[in-house]
Amino acid sequence: MGYPHPIHPKETPVLSKHFGEVAARTYAGWVERGGYAALRKALGMAPDDIINEVKASGLRGRGGAGFPTGMKWSFMPKDDGRPHYLCCNADESEPGTFKDREILRWTPHALIEGCAIAQLAIRAATTYIYIRGEFTEPYHILRRAVDEAYANGVLGANALGSGKRIDIVVHRGAGAYICGEETAMMNSIEGRRGNPRIKPPFPAVAGLFGMPTTINNVETLAAVPAIINGGAAWYSKLSLSSPKSAGTKLISVCGHVQRPGTYEITLGLPMKELIYDLCGGLHPGRTLKAVIPGGASVPIMTPEEVETCPTDYEGIVAHGSMLGSGGMIVMDDTTDLVYVIMRLARFFAHESCSQCTNCREGTAWTTRVLERLLAGEGKASDLDLLLDLAENMTGKTICVLSDSCAAPVVSGIQKFRADFDACLNGSRAVVTVGA
Amino acid sequence: MSAHETVVHDPVFGGVVLAKLEALYPQYPDKRSLLLPALWLVQEARGWISDGSITEVAGQLGLTPAYVRGVVTFYTMYHTHPVGRHFIQVCTTSPCGICGAEDVARALVQHTGCGDLGATSADGRFTVIEVECLGACGFATPVIIDDDFIDSVTPERVPEILARYP
Ligand SMILES: Cc1cc2nc3c(=O)[nH]c(=O)nc-3n(C[C@H](O)[C@H](O)[C@H](O)COP(=O)(O)O)c2cc1C
Ligand code: SF4
Ligand code: FES
Repeated sequence: MGYPHPIHPKETPVLSKHFGEVAARTYAGWVERGGYAALRKALGMAPDDIINEVKASGLRGRGGAGFPTGMKWSFMPKDDGRPHYLCCNADESEPGTFKDREILRWTPHALIEGCAIAQLAIRAATTYIYIRGEFTEPYHILRRAVDEAYANGVLGANALGSGKRIDIVVHRGAGAYICGEETAMMNSIEGRRGNPRIKPPFPAVAGLFGMPTTINNVETLAAVPAIINGGAAWYSKLSLSSPKSAGTKLISVCGHVQRPGTYEITLGLPMKELIYDLCGGLHPGRTLKAVIPGGASVPIMTPEEVETCPTDYEGIVAHGSMLGSGGMIVMDDTTDLVYVIMRLARFFAHESCSQCTNCREGTAWTTRVLERLLAGEGKASDLDLLLDLAENMTGKTICVLSDSCAAPVVSGIQKFRADFDACLNGSRAVVTVGA
Repeated sequence: MSAHETVVHDPVFGGVVLAKLEALYPQYPDKRSLLLPALWLVQEARGWISDGSITEVAGQLGLTPAYVRGVVTFYTMYHTHPVGRHFIQVCTTSPCGICGAEDVARALVQHTGCGDLGATSADGRFTVIEVECLGACGFATPVIIDDDFIDSVTPERVPEILARYP
């Protein structure tokens, strides 16, 4: 298939500049494209200067929560004499999200370089890259790139001749969405079930193997070399809206658009331009019904909210949802929101680690109620029941998977009531729901 | 075999596979952390993880079989029963679901002769399972067969794709 797409004039290719170039996957090809210059530069910088540069760039976590990256790094202790660790989150499993896989597949050395620089900043000798088990092709590409980085002296006991040790280990997951949650990931690397841990202690205090640990998303780390090369001043000015939303963001768009795929935008680009210009809009004759802008865990948006929304952290919040992971699901007028929400609830029920009662029971019960609504066997009181369940699933559990299941249910009932009513009054064609 | 004889478990961790496991030791500060990598080595060598393999992994890493079983069952990609020669995963989560993924899943079950999701065809050739988001939602419907990622699968393409896996 013709993927990746040719770069659209409204894109800003920083991370995606070399997507599609097979040669960029190799060490030689990466060096030809200016690779590892940022790491050389960082090796000559004091750790705190690297942290300050990333702070000044305005880079925020691209994994979902949008936490300022430099600040997260500054929480790591300075001279405690204990081993420190970096975990790179390549577990990408949030429905709608498929952007990290492009970095892993096309520019694995950008990620390796970003990990190495982050390690210098947080004084960690080792990174574990946790990659989801289903990513077989990205895994092999990444493994080859790491092996090449060792063979060329970028990694190892004497990284680029600096006398510093920089190690990167690629650790494969084995099928569990919850292992994308940072403390579950640490348990999984330690050879345990992927149950999230109670915080505090926070990872910077006691994380992987009980040691100070930082967890960052693939896209966050891959942006670091560009920031070291281009400078914080350049990166922080990349914004079409608010100074709090700086830089470029990969947005993966799926669902009912003509050209689904991963696009790199400057934060603040109007959502409408993203959907209609970059993605070619909806299929002929269709109209927009709903958008989930940041992966399955964020509230659903109406066309009216999309109309005036800039694609950035604050803008999407002001328009009723969140940027999240940047996994955008676009739905046209053929879509039944009750089906979409039921299938998301089933996802969360399947992926709940089942430690917390409210999550274990709530996700399963929510799924059953939505299934019976879809089957035409719902009661008018079911909507109140769903809202009540959602209330009990929000802010009451060890991690936010439970809250994530509630988000589409609540926003769905509030904003797309007609779809629920159609299930209740029999005006919706009854569909059989697969087991 | 008499009823009192136990089935002898043919060890996985000898020769090349053991060497592969031992090569990983320096990458982690303790042995327990090798559990997921060790289970992957077993599944690559054997196709699934039997009770005998669980006991063997436990022995290698200084863990108990009950602990190892608890971890194995947490992760959906480890098979605790033998599966067909070709293992098929199809995503039906909402983003793929609204693009026709359930029809693809039905076509896969039908053309493989598996009869049901999770079942293995009578000839032992295929097992089809429905999975949650494969991180490839823009390529609906994504299907993974063994280690191969196949994008944009439609019910019409199913027979031609299956023919590649004898
Ligand atoms: C249930 C759950 C699943 C998550 N899945 C992912 C994931 O697949 N990838 C990811 O980068 N972050 C995921 N996160 C967020 C991580 O916990 C963490 O915040 C993130 O990796 C931090 O990196 P960042 O600051 O660079 O964004 C998930 C969080 C939760 C609660
Ligand atoms: S909220 Fe759900 S997934 Fe998170 S720790 Fe509790 S039971 Fe596990
Ligand atoms: S929802 Fe099917 S791959 Fe993400």
